[in-house]
Amino acid sequence: MLNLGRVCLTLALMIALYGVGASLYGAHRGGPNWGDSGRRAVYAVAGVLTLAFVILEAAFLRSDFSFALVGSHSSTTTPAFYKATAVWSSQEGSLLLWVWLLAVWSSLVLFATRRRLREVAPYATAILLGFAAFFAALVVLLANPFGPADPAPAEGAGLQPLLRHPSMMVHPPMLYSGYTLFAIPFAFALGALMTRRLSPEWIVATRRFALAAWLFLSFGILLGARWSWSELGWGGYWAWDPVENASLMPWLTGTAFLHSAMIQEKRGMLKAWNVSLVLATGILAVLGTFLVRSGILESIHAFGASTLGKPFLAFIAVLVTGSTILVVTRLDDLRPEGSFESLLSRESVFLLNNLVLVSLCFVIFWGTFFPLISEAVTGQRASVGPPWFDRYTVPLAIALVFLSGVGPVIAWRRATPRNARRSFRLPLAAAATAALALALVRGVWREPLALLMFCAAAFVLAVVVQELWRGTHARRVASGESAPVALASLVSRNRRRYGGYVVHVGVAALFVGVAASSTFQHVRDVRLSPGQTASVGGYDVRYLRATSELSREKVTLGAALELRRDGRHVTTLMPSRGYYPSRDPTLGPAGRYFDGEATSEVGLRAGLRRDVWTAVEPDIDALRRMIDGIDRRFPLAAGDSATLMLGAIADRYEALPPPASFRLIVSPMVEWIWLGGLIAAAGGLIALWPAPRAARRRAGATARVRRELSRA
Amino acid sequence: MEYVLSLIVLAAAVAVVASPLRRGRGTEPALEAELASLAAAKEAKYGEIRDAELDFQTGKLSDADYRAVDHALRAEAIELMRRLDAAREAAARERPHA
Repeated sequence: MLNLGRVCLTLALMIALYGVGASLYGAHRGGPNWGDSGRRAVYAVAGVLTLAFVILEAAFLRSDFSFALVGSHSSTTTPAFYKATAVWSSQEGSLLLWVWLLAVWSSLVLFATRRRLREVAPYATAILLGFAAFFAALVVLLANPFGPADPAPAEGAGLQPLLRHPSMMVHPPMLYSGYTLFAIPFAFALGALMTRRLSPEWIVATRRFALAAWLFLSFGILLGARWSWSELGWGGYWAWDPVENASLMPWLTGTAFLHSAMIQEKRGMLKAWNVSLVLATGILAVLGTFLVRSGILESIHAFGASTLGKPFLAFIAVLVTGSTILVVTRLDDLRPEGSFESLLSRESVFLLNNLVLVSLCFVIFWGTFFPLISEAVTGQRASVGPPWFDRYTVPLAIALVFLSGVGPVIAWRRATPRNARRSFRLPLAAAATAALALALVRGVWREPLALLMFCAAAFVLAVVVQELWRGTHARRVASGESAPVALASLVSRNRRRYGGYVVHVGVAALFVGVAASSTFQHVRDVRLSPGQTASVGGYDVRYLRATSELSREKVTLGAALELRRDGRHVTTLMPSRGYYPSRDPTLGPAGRYFDGEATSEVGLRAGLRRDVWTAVEPDIDALRRMIDGIDRRFPLAAGDSATLMLGAIADRYEALPPPASFRLIVSPMVEWIWLGGLIAAAGGLIALWPAPRAARRRAGATARVRRELSRA
Repeated sequence: MEYVLSLIVLAAAVAVVASPLRRGRGTEPALEAELASLAAAKEAKYGEIRDAELDFQTGKLSDADYRAVDHALRAEAIELMRRLDAAREAAARERPHA
């Protein structure tokens, strides 16, 4: 099936190139039939890439080592779930996933708009196919997943141990879905600029795709953070790593676009700002893909050095240059149709929120690329760490959360000042109450930034509760419905508005978790022997005994830790470290495990109030004599005899455990981050979900407005 | 076997892509685009009218401010409907010549 896979990829590239030509010819002179042919080229690309992807998936699931990629990223001992997801653990497979997702989403949007945007769509099609052609060229010419293994090995290398975590395997498809979905508003914005059709129609047509992109990207970022917290042994969920930052930047500009797009839809304003935001978001999504693959910046998440850097840089340069030229040459067409009527309006708050989001993006961009900037200016590569990022991002994040509460209580166009003051009364009282209540918690007053974040979150929650209550009350008065029915009906008839409010609550909860866990965290690094105890954050942690486990894929050494608080038993935590065999043939049957790759399994007690996080680093040096002795005396041991000897090492570790190093962390409210993420995702889904019988309702509402207008 | 499958995939892709080219020449999209653009603007304006109503019901606007905003929005909506009607008439006039 290697040949069929290669044929599919080559065909995808050729069809994409044809589709670019057909769409542009159709847009200029050829007429709609050529445009339709271009659109169908997108469907065909999606079809052949789906076949290529299925072939590769099947090869991984069957452990077909005649595929070089399968041999280098999977093995017969890899569990089936990880075999299926190992496809995108490689550079080649992940690029195929990227272009396949792009083709699928592009097909969906072009099918949905096949009878609309007849002028813009051919250009958008050409741009989407241009993206597809670029990535198809990469997988055909530079990173082909259908390379043969000659001879095919009997066993594969297995999946990279760090990636053996469920959230890490779902994380890439989520991120890529976000990145590729953002290509859709990007392409339609460019199409609108090219045709000078800059009415909000392109925004309306791609709104759901932009929202879906935001949702997928949010979920992907959170899964990455979750993986970092529960799988990496350093004890954090965000390290301002370049690849993490690369995913956050398009999220920030995309969030800004989702807000400012509403102003263009309603008022015909901020056209230049909106196209700039959406173009920046599309380019930042490609930049994020580039950072993971080029090896240009050091990151734990990157694929390492590769030959893909230059083509990506050239592609980004084309995107930036083309976008800039189009925006500059269309400035006359991008003039606003209206103006801000009042500073006290939702439009003004959205604009402020946009400025904060873009400032955050700029700070993160500067910090991420500072090593390259400093090298270009001084000749020496310097980098900035978390304290630098925190200094600028924390105040901006507080402002962002606060503004997400201000927007919902201000009316569009112009708010009545007296009514606005009344609307702020309850939320400000909630914020003040939160401040007073937190005064009773020891140490909180000494952290003013964290306190401000908590108060801002209380403000947002009160605003949303007040909005829901007022809206429900208004519906009850108008329709006589019961409170639950009125609430459900209010939300379902205004999904975008109230879904957005739920997102605001989720984001506020998430930032509360970030503020609490980063400000009030207790960390201790200790070295303990069995029977010894260490204290951290009000807990006593006692090293009860060493543990070990032997499986086909790894040797696990760990510890049983008893957790006590105020003298009472809380739970027993079992952190461990898994040692995976190296493929280095110079290492012996025992050494290849302990000199290969190792990953931490964290011992975690999670709760809404706090997480207790533990990781262990067993002292392998204490076992070194035994490991070296086995390697020397039985260098060719394999199969059952090797397992027997590894079992002897594990038994020895359990029976005579040397002191082990532990990292112990008590971190308050980390779970709020995941919970906030889930709430935000639920809000996003509410906003995204089509209303039941939407068309009929819309027609009814439109007829009503029309009747009223005729009387006006 | 793989060669046969490859040929089938190639033939299917060509059939999908080429089928619109066998049709007769379609209608020009410029008028449709103008109509669609005005229809989208009209829908957006209706949405704005409903949003203003919800803002009033949830206490963000006084009676006087709501009346002023609503009046302005309805005037804009009527203007859009006039433009839409004119565009539809122009499209109807063009259609026999298309």
